[in-house]
Amino acid sequence: MFASRSVPRAFAQCAKKYPSGFRNYASAAPTAAFAGQKGTNGKYTVTLIPGDGIGPEISQSIKDVYTAANVPIQWEEVDVTPILKAGKTVIPDEAITSVKKNTVALKGPLATPIGKGHVSLNLTLRRTFNLFANVRPCASIKGFKTPYDDVNTVLIRENTEGEYSGIEHEVVDGVVQSIKLITWDASERVARYAFNYAQTSGRKRVTAVHKANIMKMSDGMFLAACREVSKDFPDVAYDEDLLDRVCLNIVTNPKPYSDRVMVMPNLYGDILSDMCAGLIGGLGLTPSGNIGRDASIFEAVHGSAPDIAGKGLANPTALLLSSMMMLRHMRLNEYADKIESAALSTIAEGKTITGDLGGKASTKEYTDAIIQKIVKA
Amino acid sequence: MLRSALASARPSALKQTRLSSTLSSSAFPRISAIDRPGTKYGGTHTVTLIPGDGVGAEITESVKEIFNSANAPIEWEQYDVSGVSSSGEALFKQAMDSLKRNKVGLKGILFTPISQSGHISWNVAMRQQLDIYASVVLCKSLPGFPTRHPNVDFAIIRENTEGEYSGLEHQSYPGVVENLKISTRAKAERISRFAFDFALKNGRKKVTCVHKANIMKLGDGLFLNTFRRVAEDYKSMGIEFNDMIVDNTSMQLVARPGQFDVMVMPNLYGAIVSNIGAALVGGPGVVPGCNVGREYALFEPGCRHVASDIQGTNTANPTAMILSATMMLRHLGLDDLANKIASATFNVIKEGKVRTADMGGSSTTSDFTGAVIKKL
Repeated sequence: MFASRSVPRAFAQCAKKYPSGFRNYASAAPTAAFAGQKGTNGKYTVTLIPGDGIGPEISQSIKDVYTAANVPIQWEEVDVTPILKAGKTVIPDEAITSVKKNTVALKGPLATPIGKGHVSLNLTLRRTFNLFANVRPCASIKGFKTPYDDVNTVLIRENTEGEYSGIEHEVVDGVVQSIKLITWDASERVARYAFNYAQTSGRKRVTAVHKANIMKMSDGMFLAACREVSKDFPDVAYDEDLLDRVCLNIVTNPKPYSDRVMVMPNLYGDILSDMCAGLIGGLGLTPSGNIGRDASIFEAVHGSAPDIAGKGLANPTALLLSSMMMLRHMRLNEYADKIESAALSTIAEGKTITGDLGGKASTKEYTDAIIQKIVKA
Repeated sequence: MLRSALASARPSALKQTRLSSTLSSSAFPRISAIDRPGTKYGGTHTVTLIPGDGVGAEITESVKEIFNSANAPIEWEQYDVSGVSSSGEALFKQAMDSLKRNKVGLKGILFTPISQSGHISWNVAMRQQLDIYASVVLCKSLPGFPTRHPNVDFAIIRENTEGEYSGLEHQSYPGVVENLKISTRAKAERISRFAFDFALKNGRKKVTCVHKANIMKLGDGLFLNTFRRVAEDYKSMGIEFNDMIVDNTSMQLVARPGQFDVMVMPNLYGAIVSNIGAALVGGPGVVPGCNVGREYALFEPGCRHVASDIQGTNTANPTAMILSATMMLRHLGLDDLANKIASATFNVIKEGKVRTADMGGSSTTSDFTGAVIKKL
């Protein structure tokens, strides 16, 4: 019959066996909370990876803004240009040591080297620092008009497994198996982070996005883990929704999704987060944070735009907003609020905005306009 | 039972695939590769009708009424299968037998339980068993019904039988589940050819392959490389091609949907893209679709939602089902009738007097049906 496989039994066992065991593991580092200490000069040290292309210009803009706002942060700049070590792509040791020590990093766009033997750098970073959750908030930016006005979504994506496990093989010529790997550990870990994020960000609902009607065991286990975690957060509502329906509903009307945090496996999160970015005008305006066990890296997810590199025309907004996520992660909320409102109101006024937003200002002019507002505030 | 049927269906599917991959494009009439479009006695076509769960009964009723008043030479063989509980399995098998006899069907969406103990998706089982490998979904802005994006007009061609929907999953160790995504060159090739043939026959200019080959280098890589190889064959016929990574595609869709013409993709991405596409033009109630293979053709709304929340309220929009049914008429060679019914439906929408709730109106499903019949 249809349900002849022993799925339910296996899951019952799993649910029985795991929660207690994994609770321990998870509570050791429940949400990868920031635990850094201020240095003797009263400042936190943060690793800065300026990146390629426009990376150095937009990083400079962030540094200028932070200096103006007196944010208690000192930067430690590192280079992550990959080197080949014993045939493998690796990040230079100094970079790894720096991020490990500081546990927080801000990263500009990286140009992925093309050619064989290169694993994508983002993947390398993800593996090196166990970056298990990717947080992608998308909010409509006042002053930059798109067909969608009231987008305000937060999406948390499992970052280490799922469809992107990288386990593939060609069974016979012309037949490939790609394995989508779902584990209870990873599902539980990202679910816990999502609930914690919901609790601290004032969004009192977590929605798990899935396709468990088709992928009954794999997405089924992801859901089971979310349900299990939801019991520990009685003040956060929990529900589940099909991927199809979420796509349909967000694009039809994104507004109802502003009250919740969505959590989902890797591939769905990848696609949906970019879709939400599309709603508000693209990757130049969307921040991103990668939360990990050993460190957290906040980054601009747009490309390195080699065509305008060095011309002083790039828009630093995505990196700036990512750094706001970083400040909030470090519980420096007051600085984040101040800088964020200065940046957003600069865009809303529309006088000094960069070319991609339809303005004429240079990176420097835009940065200065933000600084003006910070100093006045 | 069904599983074993699936297993036995596989080798034959492959055989057909081999065949189709060597076929020239001329072997594909309009949207399908079917040699004999259905059963026909005394000028009447017998068609299997599966209303499905949720709003299915209401919207197929609308089609039946319209067909009646238009004197469509269609005889329905109706099976009220429901996927709400597994007890519908016997009837489901009867419906499958009917489909195999008639070769053409019209169908609503069957509910699939999410729990692990529930039955597998019968919608997917049908597609796999009948090897109706190509899902065609048409997203086109409706005149007289403006949405956020004007001038949307693209077709989504989705591989329907493998990929993430293979149904092969196992728990290798407690807490570790593997789900196999199967990609084969044969199936990638036939769906790519289908997409290019569709573009040729419908006067479209460009085919875009949607993939994630940057991460799934082997699986999606196979799909993309096969697509590119097939594309070479169609270069001389003036069909352009390009490819786009699925996350970028979804971003481009909501920002600049006008750039897409025909899109071809593996199974799961199809689910995502067709839902985004539906949302761009007015929702699941207005997007028609079909699933076609070499032998069978099954027509169903393009955006596969059960919509149990409005079931039985007589508020569902039957447009998607009516348009799917007109696609079926064209498939049966009844083009005139198809055009008559389709233009009546479009006219009702354009006038904007009778509209269901999803289009911002307050008319009922039966009001809409009545308005279409009046136009006929």
